[in-house]
Amino acid sequence: MKTGARTLIEALQREGVDTIFGYPGGVVLPIYDELYDSSIRHILVRHEQAAAHAADGYARASGRVGVCLATSGPGACNLVTGIATAYMDSIPIVALTGQVPTALLGNDAFQESDITGITIPITKHNYLVKKAADIDRVVREAFYIARTGRPGPVLIDLPKDVTMGVVDEVSSPPPAEISLRGYQPTYDGHVRQIDKALDLIARAERPLVYAGGGVILSGASTELREFVETAAIPVTTTLMGLGAIPGDHPLNLGMLGMHGTQAANYAVTECDLLIAIGVRFDDRVTGKIEAFAPNAQIIHIDIDPAEIGKNKKVDVPIVGDVGRVLRAMLARMQKHGDTANWVNRAGTWKAQFPPGYRDDDRLRPQYVIQQLSDLMKGEGIVTSEVGQNQMWTALYYCFKRPRSWITSGGLGTMGYGFPAAIGAHFARPGETVVDVAGDGSFQMNIQELATVAHNNIPVKVVILNNMYLGMVRQWQELFYDRRYAYTELSPVDFVRVANAYGVEGIRVEEKAEVREALETALGHDGPFVLDFRIEREENVFPMVPAGAAINEMIGVRQP
Amino acid sequence: MTSHTLSVLVENRAGVLSRVAGMFSRRGFNIESLAVGTCEEPGMSRITIVVNGDDAVVEQVMKQTNKLIDVIKVSDLTERESVERELALIKVAAESGPVRAEIMQIANIFRAQIVDVGTRTLVLQVAGDTDKIDALEKLLRQYGIKELVRTGKVALLRGSKTVKSSK
Repeated sequence: MKTGARTLIEALQREGVDTIFGYPGGVVLPIYDELYDSSIRHILVRHEQAAAHAADGYARASGRVGVCLATSGPGACNLVTGIATAYMDSIPIVALTGQVPTALLGNDAFQESDITGITIPITKHNYLVKKAADIDRVVREAFYIARTGRPGPVLIDLPKDVTMGVVDEVSSPPPAEISLRGYQPTYDGHVRQIDKALDLIARAERPLVYAGGGVILSGASTELREFVETAAIPVTTTLMGLGAIPGDHPLNLGMLGMHGTQAANYAVTECDLLIAIGVRFDDRVTGKIEAFAPNAQIIHIDIDPAEIGKNKKVDVPIVGDVGRVLRAMLARMQKHGDTANWVNRAGTWKAQFPPGYRDDDRLRPQYVIQQLSDLMKGEGIVTSEVGQNQMWTALYYCFKRPRSWITSGGLGTMGYGFPAAIGAHFARPGETVVDVAGDGSFQMNIQELATVAHNNIPVKVVILNNMYLGMVRQWQELFYDRRYAYTELSPVDFVRVANAYGVEGIRVEEKAEVREALETALGHDGPFVLDFRIEREENVFPMVPAGAAINEMIGVRQP
Repeated sequence: MTSHTLSVLVENRAGVLSRVAGMFSRRGFNIESLAVGTCEEPGMSRITIVVNGDDAVVEQVMKQTNKLIDVIKVSDLTERESVERELALIKVAAESGPVRAEIMQIANIFRAQIVDVGTRTLVLQVAGDTDKIDALEKLLRQYGIKELVRTGKVALLRGSKTVKSSK
């Protein structure tokens, strides 16, 4: 006989969990009591939202399932933004929440919230465990569902009497194998569809690969690279796909979409075959959907059949794991089209129209990112917040490896990057982790300075401080007649804030000081905050105005 | 835009209906009718959903429904030979003798049953496809319908074909 809480901890250990990000509270006391002397490391965050983001950052950095834990009611509700963030980007996390005892469920008890009801739309699946004997099975299923197929968050709600209850080990042994009759993902692509795709590739004159987060999730970077090199096809990636192919690879045209490169957006518009791999034709990528890849036939490879044909009609759908499908395609490929002219043309765009900014003596954010990129050399992990800081990093940082870039793409969650960086550190402890932030975003989870100070987590925060909600201000400048409605932020002395938490920092106001400041931060043994006072009204370009076709960019060099 | 009748086999678990219905409303799919109940398989329920939309919308509806872990199988019965039925209970005013006789005659023609006789009302039970129930309702309106309740549509394939878990 053992308690539900003990059963839970053992089940988590069986799943290989080494770290939990959490925050204690009343109904999770039995779980915390078991955690106290277990082998699982618990990182105490300062807000439950950060626990969910840290679990998510852990998952993105490692490819394993991240775990967070919160109490019922407000604790569980505070996880919601983090769970939704993971859901939109298909990140495998398991969120554990305490719940009021089953006898009180539905009675509006103290700190009761219907967290399974609340999270149905933002989880891949969720569970309310009604008896201790179900804990083993539920944990196994939850981890299985989170990490297989199209990954995603799973929530397990655990009433206090369930974790306090006893489990008879003899009558309820942990299940050996999982079988869910309603959940059987397709991993291998249909051979006939693959051959159809190869036929299109053989005949294409201007093929283009459009690769996304699915490549990273599938661990298929090597396959992607071999595929585009073998068939000589230029490739553009989404925000989520950065790092799937090295940023400096000759066939890589960079990111496409609203803030995509000119080369990528022109290539999409002119290609005659678009090979979409692990992507979902998001509106930030496609712009005006009817004008997206208007001259192309489309092959779409994705593990989720519901993504195929959702936003854009495709000619050859292939449902399956991206890595397996690419391997099958490589094995069956007999010839490919002559793409030399096209590759040249794309290369010319790339050389002629790199993302650019005025490189004068002012302290500009793009320069900070370029210097950071230069110092990091593609090693380590960069997380970001959301807005201009995110787009400048996407455009000016050279990502060379998968899982080196961690950002909230689908939900666009400000306050994500700092706690995600904490999670990434525990996933890959020896590596440098940098969060590129804006002054707005950083203040959304600034309390985590306490977490990094307390645990001496050596995360470096690069704040591109323009005292604005910069991206919103940019839209106001361009589309709302410069009426900066509530986007100006009061100046904050981030170095003093950091110091107050016991974290070191430097304020940088001159371009000439950038490199040295970055070197100081990266060389520092512990967390560090850099407050870069950048040009306040710098904009992110290229930019596709909302509703326009993606080749109709503003702020670009004219072809 | 056409109506499609979907037969959805689901795990008989707490919350499964709210997962399905919530997904429909979240994604802006229009449910015309919905009926749910246990079925021949222990531990499973069958939901019959009538949804309105063009082919692309219905394809999305089916794919998104299929993605729910508790959904075992989704089939579109629309283009296939199937039997579709709704049930309605109609409480109609019937104060005088001649009116009663007329209503009972109408009931007879529609093969509806009188399931309750009150001093001033009759309750009719009728089963059939949507058009038949609509027609009966229209006819009875002249006498004064006091209350009416309709189930969602239920449907089964004709012949030996079934919508079952293939796993």
